[in-house]
Amino acid sequence: MANLVNKFLPNVVANWEGDNGFVTAIWQTLYMTFVSALFAGVIGIILGILLVVTADDGITPHKKFYYCLDKLVNLFRSIPFIILLAVIGPFTKLIVGQTIGPTGALVPLVIGTAPFFARQVQLALVEVDPGVVEAAEAIGLSPMKIIFRVYLREGLPELIRSGTLTIISLIGLTAMAGAVGGGGLGNMAISVGYQRFENDVTIVSMLFILVLVFIIQGLGDYAVRKLEH
Amino acid sequence: MAEQNGIIQLKNIDVTFANEGKTIEAVKDVSINVNKGDVFGVIGYSGAGKSTLVRVINLLQKPTAGTVIVNNQNMLELSQKDLRQARRNIGMIFQHFNLMNSLTVYGNVDFPLRDSGLSKSERKEKIDKLLNIVGLSDRAKNYPSQLSGGQKQRVAIARALANDPEILISDEATSALDPKTTTEILDLLGRLNDELGITIVIITHEMDAIKQICNRVSVMENGRLIEEGSLLDIFGNPKEQLTKDFVNTSTHIGSVLDEIRDSGIVDKLSGRLIELNYIGDSTNEPIVVELYKRFQVEANILFSNIERLQSTTVGIMLFALTGDDDKVEQAIQYLDSLKVNVKEIDLKKEGK
Repeated sequence: MANLVNKFLPNVVANWEGDNGFVTAIWQTLYMTFVSALFAGVIGIILGILLVVTADDGITPHKKFYYCLDKLVNLFRSIPFIILLAVIGPFTKLIVGQTIGPTGALVPLVIGTAPFFARQVQLALVEVDPGVVEAAEAIGLSPMKIIFRVYLREGLPELIRSGTLTIISLIGLTAMAGAVGGGGLGNMAISVGYQRFENDVTIVSMLFILVLVFIIQGLGDYAVRKLEH
Repeated sequence: MAEQNGIIQLKNIDVTFANEGKTIEAVKDVSINVNKGDVFGVIGYSGAGKSTLVRVINLLQKPTAGTVIVNNQNMLELSQKDLRQARRNIGMIFQHFNLMNSLTVYGNVDFPLRDSGLSKSERKEKIDKLLNIVGLSDRAKNYPSQLSGGQKQRVAIARALANDPEILISDEATSALDPKTTTEILDLLGRLNDELGITIVIITHEMDAIKQICNRVSVMENGRLIEEGSLLDIFGNPKEQLTKDFVNTSTHIGSVLDEIRDSGIVDKLSGRLIELNYIGDSTNEPIVVELYKRFQVEANILFSNIERLQSTTVGIMLFALTGDDDKVEQAIQYLDSLKVNVKEIDLKKEGK
């Protein structure tokens, strides 16, 4: 077994440990994915809720606020991620003190993902039956309680679906961020595997990313199945 | 509207929507007064503005103009917080039930109780009692998706009752249900009115629903309230064309007239067609016998419908009268002198 691995994946073995090795790269990818998912998730949910409740048919309509937020979300969604990485460099430095490495990638990842997720949250929450929202208003619930007890509760399966999708696309972005100095499996595949013609490294990097995607998708599907009645 | 001290008083309500530059007047200058203990029906076709009107009661819909007084509170002057408190006194049920799919039957009834300040065990006791009232004690652990339409509406009723409201608004609550389930739900509402003294406002497009439990009725058309009165007034003596249509649909006389017209039966009988309406205890047989005895006029009963509304008999009959022309004329005059409404029907003119 060890012989086979040595024979077919010599560079993977050579690059397994150490600061620039696979183990580090996997941790970096996980770190970038989940830390930015946490921040983008919170920001996205807040923005998504604001979009839903301030819309014309929302529970606290506010035309101007909705208009501005809606345009802002669209603006940030329109910037290609690879350009965003470069453009917000100074801002990144201001916030986390560095522009390279996994931590330096966090800021652009959050800014690149939050508007996307905000839109997903909005789509998930407008699916909540307006009749149920009306019933909650008739019962005498405050807007805050309607958000927590109706929107987030009834929209939960759809939110988890969107969250899964967002994390998977976020994994894709970490690979891109990795290629320009963020580290992680993307960096491994490009700066080791591709540029040094060590194809086995590229392929194994890809396989690790695929496994990560499958695990996330599986967990998401399981949670949705548990929640839906 | 003699009394102006009702539990719900809507005065000169206008509701106008602005939609892409056009203004739509959904409700125009409507005033209603619902007394405590009433089962007040609002009937009209869809688009008549009745849903909009009842939403004004708990201010789910803000009126463009007018006054809303519920339980001696001017609803339009309340703060948001006080308005939410006032809404707890007004239960509401809907055509599509509007239950939380993510909560069980128990959870749905508990939903309005979470801010009630009751302890968990007090809430459980109350929910058990409510589920017992609506007959769903054995379904507490089910989710709405596992229930039939009628059962879902029962859960919605239990939820609406959770905060012990004095008023229950039913927005087309039986329109999505089959006739048998409709009757059961209406029976339940009637029982709540009887036993708990809840004032109920029902909106519907079905006269049968109104007949079954309402004591007062108002008829809406194009945003206006065109006729209002006690159930017996409206049913026994409708004035507006729309009201007559609703009553005719309910007594089936409309379809009977169509059938008579199509079959040409009156031509064969060479008689005159008379419609007779009466409220109270006039019976039909003596009339038929009297007509023959007095005027030698034969009364051929083509249709008869007798109903008990709020313990009063309301009847409608359709005769073809045959005999000498002047005798028939006398017979009609005789009928006019009785305590019944007589109307001669000219089939060529009378549309449905």
